[in-house]
Amino acid sequence: MAGQTLYDKLWASHLVSSRDDGTSLIYIDRHLLHEVTSPQAFEGLRLADRRPWRIDANIATADHNVPTSLKERSAGIAGIEDNVSRIQVQTLDDNTTSFGIETFGINDVRQGIVHIIGPEQGATLPGMTVVCGDSHTATHGAFGALAHGIGTSEVEHVLATQCLIQRKMKNMQVRVEGQLGLHVTAKDIVLAIIGEIGTAGGTGYAIEFAGSAIRDLSMEGRMTICNMAIEAGARVGLVAVDDTTINYVKGRPFAPTPEQWDAAVESWRSLVSDDDAAFDKVVTLDAAAIEPQVSWGTSPEMVVGIHGSVPDPAAAEDETTRRGLGRALEYMGLHAGQKITDIRLDRVFIGSCTNARIEDLRAAAAVVKGREVAGSIKQAMVVPGSGLVKRQAEQEGLDQVFIDAGFEWREAGCSMCLAMNADKLGAGEHCASTSNRNFEGRQGYGGRTHLVSPAMAAAAAVTGHFVDVREFVDTPVPTKRAAGL
Amino acid sequence: MKAFVRQKGLVAPLDRANVDTDLIIPKQFLKSIKRTGFGPNLFDELRYLDEGYPGQDCSNRPINPEFVLNQLRYEGASVLLARKNFGCGSSREHAPWALEDFGFRVIIAPSFADIFFNNAFKNGLLLIQLDEATVDRLFDAVEQTPGYRLDVDLIAQKIMTPEGEAIEFEVDPFRKYCLENGLDDIGLTLTDNSHAIREFETRHRASQPWLFRGEAANQA
Ligand code: SF4
Repeated sequence: MAGQTLYDKLWASHLVSSRDDGTSLIYIDRHLLHEVTSPQAFEGLRLADRRPWRIDANIATADHNVPTSLKERSAGIAGIEDNVSRIQVQTLDDNTTSFGIETFGINDVRQGIVHIIGPEQGATLPGMTVVCGDSHTATHGAFGALAHGIGTSEVEHVLATQCLIQRKMKNMQVRVEGQLGLHVTAKDIVLAIIGEIGTAGGTGYAIEFAGSAIRDLSMEGRMTICNMAIEAGARVGLVAVDDTTINYVKGRPFAPTPEQWDAAVESWRSLVSDDDAAFDKVVTLDAAAIEPQVSWGTSPEMVVGIHGSVPDPAAAEDETTRRGLGRALEYMGLHAGQKITDIRLDRVFIGSCTNARIEDLRAAAAVVKGREVAGSIKQAMVVPGSGLVKRQAEQEGLDQVFIDAGFEWREAGCSMCLAMNADKLGAGEHCASTSNRNFEGRQGYGGRTHLVSPAMAAAAAVTGHFVDVREFVDTPVPTKRAAGL
Repeated sequence: MKAFVRQKGLVAPLDRANVDTDLIIPKQFLKSIKRTGFGPNLFDELRYLDEGYPGQDCSNRPINPEFVLNQLRYEGASVLLARKNFGCGSSREHAPWALEDFGFRVIIAPSFADIFFNNAFKNGLLLIQLDEATVDRLFDAVEQTPGYRLDVDLIAQKIMTPEGEAIEFEVDPFRKYCLENGLDDIGLTLTDNSHAIREFETRHRASQPWLFRGEAANQA
């Protein structure tokens, strides 16, 4: 008999019961809640006179709607100027207070984007099942955890029963072998994967990311990769547990106690796919061949290397693709054959659950240091993924590097990733963004999003257009002092 | 979800075919963070003479005296008598939420739109399909008889009229089971699996205690 994949093992270890209709009940260890998808679920509980099954499995924070300006944030929830947003954030607070769910309030230093704070607190552990009413929950799979995004009625189901009704998925392995080039990052890997397999390539699969290039990544890099599994169509992304995983978890607030630690580590060591495990599909990429990536269109699969150019719809294989490409070009205001390095930018956004961790901010700051945001850029902003990331960055002086260069330094939240708060693109504006979705209108009505890594976004901010960060960082920094001489 | 077994309720007639979900609850009310509280805005455009907006106090709004639900004789109705293709249009679950919140438990019509039909049962409403001739007769009886009540018995699948007539109706056995027991998805999971979940949890806690903060705290 073939061995088990990591996904098979996680599934088997959480299976409560299987039903005749082909669905199964899966036990949920951790449930993360935020303000947008939880209010009707809490109300449903109340109406049915139900209690959450296990309070300590739940952790909540407000992230999608929260303002990121210090002015609004300093007054707490009452300071949120947008009425609908304020009510939603207040509702989360009221609900979690009345049910006794641990919540990181908007001015708690532990507040932040749910997918950043779960791992940061050690609330996401290897071997867990993790759910959240948000499709980017796959992020937590970087820990060898089975993590699903769920809808509002499922949020209520999990609250009430501690279980999720699921069908087992198929197994896919994406192997990235070899060594990444200098300044090529996890974001470039995942964009290259999506470019390769397409946004529906992972539909129906749990994707395990493997290979030496994935093993060489830090936990933060692995989270960036799993985060975007959903952009490849897969609800679940996974990376096997190794020393990197275990070292990251150790000592975090929700991690196992010192007495539990050895037993936990022993159990986590088995969270790898067996050598003889069978995958339904395997895709292999050569890490050394991956260039810094830039998305040019309105779907994450519309992506090319920095030295590439915008494709010509006329060259498309079929009519449907041709129309899709044509429509994307029109929306993006680009023309066929246009070089990526010629795309002029209006705004730069460094943030989101994909790329707003400390390593992301360090990478961006390293590029920006001693340089200035180009005069043609209307706004460049850095939105740390959590209050703790922000504090850490400030301790390292990164905030000053950004501010000196002309970036805005904001409070933690989702911000311009989905523009539910005041941070938005204007119609027709091009934005270099470290987020995960470049759909029409995602960052504001008529806004044009280009997905890139933090280092690439930083380089674009300085030059006003896309540029290969590898060439860019090797040129001497034209410091303000030098310029003044 | 509220169980439904048997109810004798006042009947309100809505003599209009193809009532769509936009009419049942207009789109501006979907911004709500709740699934209750839609009752005052049920049939908003028919009920009031002005345009409604979310969060408004409806008690001071100019009401349309012509509209059936504004007539005193139908106050407190829990059975809605309707015409064909009731609930067509969008899939918004806000439509059954609004009907239920207003106080309806039973809707009788010659036909219902598909999605609405599903949504309604999930939210504790009993939808009864009767042939057009029977529905016509009921419309006449309701209009002629102030205080007209129907006794709706889900178990027996029978409606008793004040005249003593018994009208039988069909209902899908699974939906009937869920409704009479007040079971939604969650209710079913809890009824069928509470024991299995608890057993699983006990084993899980024993083998991986670090997944349970509660216990870790107790041990400390
Ligand atoms: S940062 Fe963006 S993608 Fe991530 S949870 Fe927030 S809105 Fe969703």
